Amino acid sequence: MQALVNLGAKTLARLRSFGSATLMLWGALVAVPRLKNIPLTIQQIYVVGVQSLLIILVSGLFIGMVMALQGYTILVNYGAEGSLGPMVALSLLRELGPVVTALLFAGRAGSALTAEIGLMKATEQLSSLEMMAVDPLRRVIAPRFWAGVISMPMLALIFSAVGILGGHLVGVDWLGVDSGSYWSIMQATVDWDKDVINGVIKSIVFAVVVVWIALYKGYSCVPTSEGISKATTETVVVSSLLILGLDFVLTALMFGVN
Amino acid sequence: MTSRKTELLVGLFVALAIAATLLLALKVANQGMSGSSDTYTVYAKFDNIGGLKERSSVKVGGVVVGRVARIYLDERELIPVVQLEISTDYIDTFPETSSVSILTAGLLGEQYVGLQPGFIFPGEDPIYLEQDSFIVDTKSALVLEDLIGQFLFSRDSE
Amino acid sequence: MSQSLVNIQNMHFNRGSRTIYSDISLDVQKGKITAVMGPSGIGKTTLLKLIGGQLTPASGVVNFDGENVHSISRNSLYKLRRKMSMLFQSGALFTNMSVFDNVAFPLREHTQLSEALIKTTVLLKLEAVGLRGAADLMPSELSGGMARRAALARAIALDPELIMYDEPFAGQDPISMGVLVKLIRQLNHTLGLTSIVVTHDVSEVLDIADYVYILAEKTIIGSGTPDEIKNSSSELVQQFLQGKADGPVPFHFPAASVKDQFMGGQ
Repeated sequence: MQALVNLGAKTLARLRSFGSATLMLWGALVAVPRLKNIPLTIQQIYVVGVQSLLIILVSGLFIGMVMALQGYTILVNYGAEGSLGPMVALSLLRELGPVVTALLFAGRAGSALTAEIGLMKATEQLSSLEMMAVDPLRRVIAPRFWAGVISMPMLALIFSAVGILGGHLVGVDWLGVDSGSYWSIMQATVDWDKDVINGVIKSIVFAVVVVWIALYKGYSCVPTSEGISKATTETVVVSSLLILGLDFVLTALMFGVN
Repeated sequence: MTSRKTELLVGLFVALAIAATLLLALKVANQGMSGSSDTYTVYAKFDNIGGLKERSSVKVGGVVVGRVARIYLDERELIPVVQLEISTDYIDTFPETSSVSILTAGLLGEQYVGLQPGFIFPGEDPIYLEQDSFIVDTKSALVLEDLIGQFLFSRDSE
Repeated sequence: MSQSLVNIQNMHFNRGSRTIYSDISLDVQKGKITAVMGPSGIGKTTLLKLIGGQLTPASGVVNFDGENVHSISRNSLYKLRRKMSMLFQSGALFTNMSVFDNVAFPLREHTQLSEALIKTTVLLKLEAVGLRGAADLMPSELSGGMARRAALARAIALDPELIMYDEPFAGQDPISMGVLVKLIRQLNHTLGLTSIVVTHDVSEVLDIADYVYILAEKTIIGSGTPDEIKNSSSELVQQFLQGKADGPVPFHFPAASVKDQFMGGQ
């Protein structure tokens, strides 16, 4: 009986916070877009996008290299090392690019967003904006949201491209797979709409989820040092779990049928 | 308020993303034949399509000229029908007498549709494949089990 | 002459199931400094947020310049807020901008002034609080008192009609405190502002205030000019003014009786 009560209370609390998160996003986005916000968004693209670039480049390169190394040792048994190109490219474009980028983004930029907004709340900067007749949703939340949603697909594309180059580095330059077949079989197998565009769609969905959670957790956190640290942790945990869960759903929708 | 340095770095970031997209578009994905250009549709009936899939390529002597758009079963005859989309670059090119066969790229490679252009008899007005034409002359996919069966059967009869 | 700018009538406010205010009425005269005093934890900041429309009372009316803050549309509320400004306890400067940009912020948001004009205005405001030399510093490089003065410059950037000071003296050394007292008085008289000062620093406030309200136990326990307050016969008011440890406001947080907890059963 008590378990049922707890379940009910938990569900209600989840629904309530989902509701207020939706209201927050609504308040931030439904506003008439203001030209003044464009420089702010560019500033935020710098913070969430450019500053995440290094970790994305390094991880992409190494993941591509490792995949080529692992793939080669298996494929060479069947004399099919020519399929290394498509293997690396498809795994990166369909799965690893969007998913790993989103996970890294949640850890690198998502947590920073939560902490920043949380601190702005704790130091009364958000209240102070409101008292200056400036809507913090539009001034603070909206530019960060758009910056995240714009940056993440770009980061994912860069991740995949660098990974494929990393695979080339190991597969072709080191292990001796023929460069021509690496590219040509890849080209014959990878489809622009099905693989590249679907990967980008995935990454846009992940971006919305990660940025939304990060901003909401910061905006709704208890404005104490303890509350902010808890909110930051929650951002990373909740968005990582949601990314993996959503990835399965999206993959099933995009590639599952047929 | 946004400093020049920030703008410059964001610009570089965007340029990098565009470069990545171009690499993926030109070097990685086969964007050439994926519905971006106009196509016309022809149909072919096979006895057995083997492992042919939608989006497999249609090749003439190794050159990709189109894709398999749809595979379905003819409800009356109960045999598979393959709907092919051929690029309009090749309209009025293949005679009506062309044949198609399902071939395999290499021993373990994927299956594709090979189109063998038919002859045009000199002096006749050529009739070309056009929208909604049916290709009559088809060769089914080789099914390994059938081949082995035939081989054993022919040895028995010797 | 004595017109009221802010007028609160029979306001109740609850936070969760806890009552913060019950049946509060107060009145702030135009051009005067009104002080709201009371022990900490009573929710004095809440009162300012109620006036600013950031919180909504359970019942009662808050009028600012003749308009009911909580029944007007969001757009009109934002328009109304341009006439008021608030000095937060922490200063609440934007940490990612320099002092100059902080003060310029409301001007850039709400006016179409040219950069040159903004620069002049900002420097004038900074001059008024004595921080013109600190324009290029970041907020993290300022001391607490300087941060509060910079925030004050930001608060007067748009020439509001009302400034609400939230604990302006808390945690300040005597010199910065003196500076702030002087600034509040000066701004009020030279710019013709109306001020609400929320604080628990008795002596400073009695110096500068024109009218004083004392809040305790969810309601107003005393009001009057500083002189009237000093001579008030209310025990509660006297306890607060003289800083007695025990009295009508008990020293002990409500608890089970000593006998029960130390000696008796569990």
